Amino acid sequence: MSAETSHPVLPARPDWQWHLGVVAFLVVWWLVYQQLIPFSEWVTALFPIDRHSHTGEAIAFFFYDVPKVMMLLTLIVFAMGVVRTWFSPEKTRALLSGKREGVGNVMSAGLGILTPFCSCSAVPLFIGFVSAGVPLGVTFSFLIAAPMVNEVALVLLFGLVGWQVAVTYLAFGLGIAIVAGFVIGKLRLEGWLQDWVRDIHSGANTPVVGEDEPLTMINRYALGIEAVREIFGKVWIWIILGIGMGALIHGYVPEDLMVRIMGAEAWWSVPAAVVMGVPMYTNAAGVIPIVEALLGKGAALGTVLAFMMSVIALSLPEMIILRQVLTLRLIAVFVGVVASGILAVGFLFNLIF
Amino acid sequence: MEIKVLGAGCAKCKTTAAQITSIASQLGVDVTVTKVEDMAVIVSHGIMSTPGVLIDGKLVHVGSVPDRAQIEAWLSAA
Repeated sequence: MSAETSHPVLPARPDWQWHLGVVAFLVVWWLVYQQLIPFSEWVTALFPIDRHSHTGEAIAFFFYDVPKVMMLLTLIVFAMGVVRTWFSPEKTRALLSGKREGVGNVMSAGLGILTPFCSCSAVPLFIGFVSAGVPLGVTFSFLIAAPMVNEVALVLLFGLVGWQVAVTYLAFGLGIAIVAGFVIGKLRLEGWLQDWVRDIHSGANTPVVGEDEPLTMINRYALGIEAVREIFGKVWIWIILGIGMGALIHGYVPEDLMVRIMGAEAWWSVPAAVVMGVPMYTNAAGVIPIVEALLGKGAALGTVLAFMMSVIALSLPEMIILRQVLTLRLIAVFVGVVASGILAVGFLFNLIF
Repeated sequence: MEIKVLGAGCAKCKTTAAQITSIASQLGVDVTVTKVEDMAVIVSHGIMSTPGVLIDGKLVHVGSVPDRAQIEAWLSAA
């Protein structure tokens, strides 16, 4: 059985024009990006308020961060959209099936970043992996990494907090996915899948969707543009709301309040952040501007990262979806293992920084 | 012709079914479009990213909302 992928149709033009177009876009992007600070100062000056008042600070923050984040997102989402065209769940499954634990977990977490993934497909993907002989723990590494370490989160951290924090988040996000998947694999919980999933597993009768016809570079550009459109449609409102919230915190929340609540001295702040984060469900875009502003006001980095990871990686809606294939016991283990990993990262960070 | 859109509760699946229905009625092609949300059925077709589109029992598409040209091609092949 074979399935054709849709190749978005771009207006017919010679290839070199498309390549040139991409280069021109990059140049213009860079030139505009350089002008963001003057732009935000210019906009802020239009408001009849003192630049150095709370309101002035908040406005300048908002008009600098919103365009900056939007531009970074456009660039990175496009790039990732193009890169992901070389990957698919089917190829990833083929790479992972029969892999030993350990190596498999590392590969799986890495592929979790690169493979196109939507949480609404978590169940068929889970079954597709497990039924093709990808070990359960390796499958979990994928399912933890794919939502947690995503380009939107990384761009926002990079743009709003700094590249060091973005790199650290990437490293520890992958680390949690690898270790948690490894631990779940070691616990041998295959028997805790829902019965019907085990039947498919043992039946091994799943037909394989065949290789797609090769994409041209132009198809890949088109898919990249498609990704930008899709992600923007989903997150723009969250970015504006989030940065708006961030601007308010930036301008108004007293510094010592956050230090007291979320500073490194309060040991209970990390578990509290995780407990608060789990029922919250938003995408990275909604949470990160708040994260940045909290950090600016003295909240401890570990606490804030733990909060962010638990919001993104452990969400109630995803658990409800996974309930179809996992028993409650298995979901509890999954949440327990991942939450422990996040706690460890939170404490470690507060200790180091 | 019988078209099935496979996928549970994703926005893209609803869009896909709606697109096919509306293009079919524009073209005057007689189709029945049904949505299949039973996960066991979905995975039995080897689908790992939804939506999947089945035409008369044959899987023709997975993983994204098909574009207009593609839907027209399926419908005119009938």
